[in-house]
Amino acid sequence: MLSYSLKRLLQAIPTMLIVITIAFFLMRVAPGGPFDGERALPPEIEANLNAAYHLDEPLPQQYLRYLGNLLQGDFGPSFKYKDFTVTELILQGFPVSLEIGGLAILLALVIGLPLGIAAALRRNSAIDYAVMGTALAGIAVPNFVVAPLLALVFGVLLGWLPAGGWNGGALPNLVLPVLALSIQQIAYIARMMRASMIEVLGSHYIRTARAKGLSERLVVWRHAIRPALMPVVSYLGPAVAGIITGSVVIEQIFGIPGIGRYFVQGALNRDYTLVMGTVVFYGALIVLLNLVVDLIYSALDPQIRYDD
Amino acid sequence: MQEPLLEVDGLSVDFALPHGTVPAVKQVSFAIASGETLALVGESGSGKSVSSTAAIGLLPDLARTRGAIRFAGEDLLAATPRRLRRLRGNDISMIFQEPMTSLNPLHRIGRQIAEVLERHRGLKGDPARQRVLDLLDQVGIPEPARRIDSFPHELSGGQRQRVMIAMALACEPKLLIADEPTTALDVTVQAQILTLLQDLQRRYGMAILFITHDLGIVRHFADRVCVMRQGEVVETAETTALFAAPKHAYTRMLIDAEPHGRKPPVPADAPLLLEARDLRVRFPLKKRLFRPGSDFEAVRGIDLRVRRGQTVGIVGESGSGKSTLGRALLRLLDSRGDIRFDDTALAGLDSAGMRPLRSRMQVVFQDPFGSLSPRLTVGEIVGEGLRVHAPELGRRERDARVQEALNDVALDPAMRHRYPHEFSGGQRQRIAIARALVLKPEFLLLDEPTSALDRSVQATVIDLLRDLQHQYDLTYLFISHDLAVVRALADTVLVMKAGEVVEQGATETLFRAPREAYTRELMRAAFLEDTAA
Repeated sequence: MLSYSLKRLLQAIPTMLIVITIAFFLMRVAPGGPFDGERALPPEIEANLNAAYHLDEPLPQQYLRYLGNLLQGDFGPSFKYKDFTVTELILQGFPVSLEIGGLAILLALVIGLPLGIAAALRRNSAIDYAVMGTALAGIAVPNFVVAPLLALVFGVLLGWLPAGGWNGGALPNLVLPVLALSIQQIAYIARMMRASMIEVLGSHYIRTARAKGLSERLVVWRHAIRPALMPVVSYLGPAVAGIITGSVVIEQIFGIPGIGRYFVQGALNRDYTLVMGTVVFYGALIVLLNLVVDLIYSALDPQIRYDD
Repeated sequence: MQEPLLEVDGLSVDFALPHGTVPAVKQVSFAIASGETLALVGESGSGKSVSSTAAIGLLPDLARTRGAIRFAGEDLLAATPRRLRRLRGNDISMIFQEPMTSLNPLHRIGRQIAEVLERHRGLKGDPARQRVLDLLDQVGIPEPARRIDSFPHELSGGQRQRVMIAMALACEPKLLIADEPTTALDVTVQAQILTLLQDLQRRYGMAILFITHDLGIVRHFADRVCVMRQGEVVETAETTALFAAPKHAYTRMLIDAEPHGRKPPVPADAPLLLEARDLRVRFPLKKRLFRPGSDFEAVRGIDLRVRRGQTVGIVGESGSGKSTLGRALLRLLDSRGDIRFDDTALAGLDSAGMRPLRSRMQVVFQDPFGSLSPRLTVGEIVGEGLRVHAPELGRRERDARVQEALNDVALDPAMRHRYPHEFSGGQRQRIAIARALVLKPEFLLLDEPTSALDRSVQATVIDLLRDLQHQYDLTYLFISHDLAVVRALADTVLVMKAGEVVEQGATETLFRAPREAYTRELMRAAFLEDTAA
C-alpha cells in the first residue's frame, strides 16, 4: 500500500505540471497587470516594479523561474499584499477554511447518511418523500441565497447568533457559515446514500442474509451499510477538497478570513503569484484527497487491493 | 406418500404494480415429504421461483398471497415475521442461482457461514469456527483452514456455490430449497454440485425442493416432478412415469424440446471457406511500473478449417477461449497466425480492409437483451448494416430487404416499427439473426445464440438456423457450452480447454467415442451420466 501511494504521488507530478502550466499562461493572457490601478503609475516606477518581480523577463524564462522556485517550496511574494509571501497568506487562510469546511462535511455526513438510510428503508413512505423533497430543495437553492437568509433570520431577526465576523473562530460565529455550507452537502449525501442503499438492499447477498433468518437490523447494519457507502466515499474526495479550500461566497457573506477570498481577489487583482499559489495548493489537495478516497475504498472493499 | 413436510395448498401470488395487479402464481398445490426430492420445472415466467420464495416469506412487499403453505403442519403464510426468521436458515434453507453475487463481497466466507450458527444455535468463537471448518470440508472445499478466511471473490463460481450450500446446511435444515443452483455453472461443476447435494441429502435426510428448467437434471435427480406453466401446475408425477408417459401436452412439448436431429454432411470436396493456422490471441495483463507487463494467452495455436455449408461446433467451459477464438477469426480481436476467408488472407487487414468482407461474415451474440440497441426500431436495427454495405440502396429497397429478412426469421415484417423491449427473448434472437441475414452473408459466427433461451424457444431457434442454412447455403461457426445443441447442429466439433483444442472430429464419432479423458468428462457431466448412481 505504501508503494502504491508513492506511485500515485509520482503519477501526480505530470498532472500538477499541466495544471501549473495552463494556469500560469492563462493568467498572463488576461489583459492588465498587477500594478494597474485607477491612476496609472509613472512609467519608471512601473518599470522598477516589473524588474523587481522579474516581470520584464521573457515569459518562458519567468515560467521556468517560477517552476524553479516552486521546487524549493517558494510560492513567491504576493503582489497585492506586499508585506506577505503567498505561503504566509495560504497558511493564514487555510486553517480557517479547513475548520469551517471540515465541520460542514462532518455535519453533512452525520445528518445526510442517516436520512438517506431511513428514506431507503422506508421507500415510498411519507418519510421517504419528506426527506427526498427537502433534499431536492436543498440542492436547488444555492448557498448565496441560503447564507444571507440564515444571517437574516438567526442573526438579525432573532438575534441568537452573530450574523457575521470571525471573532477568532468562536463557536457562535461558526454555526451559521457551517450550516450554510453543509445544507447542499447534506442533500447530496442523503440522496446518494438512499439510491445506493436501495440498490444494495435489492442485491442477491441481502436476499441471502434474509434467507439466513437474520433480523432486519442485522441485515441493514452488518450487510447493507458498508457496501452502500462506496459511492458516497468516492463523492467525498472532490467534495471535501472543494469545501475545505474555502467557499468564496460563504467567506464573503460572513466575513471569514479563509483562503477562498484570496483566490478571487488574486485573480481580480492579477496577483499572479497569489493565484498560482492557490491553484497549486488546490490541485495538490485534490490529488491527495483522491488518494485518500482510494485507500479508504480498499479498506472498505476487500476486492480492491493495491499490491504494487 | 408419507406425511408431507411442506404442503403448498392453493397458493396464489399477485403482484400489485402501479398499473394494476399481475397474477404470478395461480392456485398452485404441491407437497414434499421428508427425504424426498421434488423438482419444480418450468420455463421462465412459469412462477416456480415465486412459489418457492413464498414458502420462506421472502417475496417482495408488492406481493399479495392467498392459500396456505404448511410446514410441518404450521401455516407459514399466517406466521409472524419473527417466527419466519426463526425458521429461515434453520429448518428451511435456500440456495440460489447466482453463486457469484449471493455472498456478501465484503465479508470473509467463514464469518458468513458462522453467522447462521450464531443466529440459530448461539454458537460463537472457536466452536463456531470448528463447525464452519467441518462444513467447508463436507461440501468439498479444499484446505478449509486456509479458505475459511477467504473473501468470496477469491473463490471460483463452483466454490462459492459450495459455500452457499455449507451455509444452507449449517443448521441441518429439514427442507432445502434449491433455486436453479447449477444454472450459472459449467457442466462439470454442475455435476459435482448435484452429486454433493445428493450425498448431503442422504446424510441428513432432508427434503429438497429443486427448481430448474433443465429436464436432464430432473430426470437424474428428482423423485417426483411438478411441471409449471404460466403460474399454474399442469402435471405432477413420479419422475420415471413422467418421462415415460407425459400426460399433459405441455410436458410432452418440454420433453420433445430437447435438441434432436442431426446435420446432413456436406460433400467431402466442398471448398474451404475459412481456414486458420496457428491462431494465437494474447491479452496483456496489468502493467507494472518499471517492470515489463506479462501476457495471458487465451487462444494458443489453433488450426481450423471450415468448408462451405458446414457447421463447426466449438465447445468448452467458461474461460476455455472459445468466444475469443470466434472473435479473432472475424478480426474483431487482434491475433497472430494465418486466417484465410475464401481467397483473402485476413491477417494483415486493418478495419478498413476488413469492411468489404464484413457483409460476408456476420455474427450473432448470446445476449438477446443486451445486443440490440433499445433506442432503434427493429427495422432500423436490421437495416443498419445495409446503410454501410449497400449505400446505393434507396429507402424503399432497403425497407424491402428488411422485410424479406424478417420474413426469413419468421417474424411479421409489420413489427419492424416496434422497439426491442416489446419482444420476447426468442423473438429478439430472431431479430439479431435477421440483422445478420439482411446482408446476405456466407458465414455466420453464432456465439451461444440459444443459451439465454428456454428449451422450447431454443428448439424453434435451432430449427430456424437449420432452415436458413439449407436455404441460403450458409456456413456456421457455432460456439456453445451446450453439448446437446452442438450435437444436433454441427458437422464437426472442436473441444477447447485453456485456449487449446483438446480433441476434434466428426460430430457423431466424437460424441459416440470420445478419445480424450477431458472430452469424456465433459460429456458425462453434460448428459449427467453416473451422477445419479
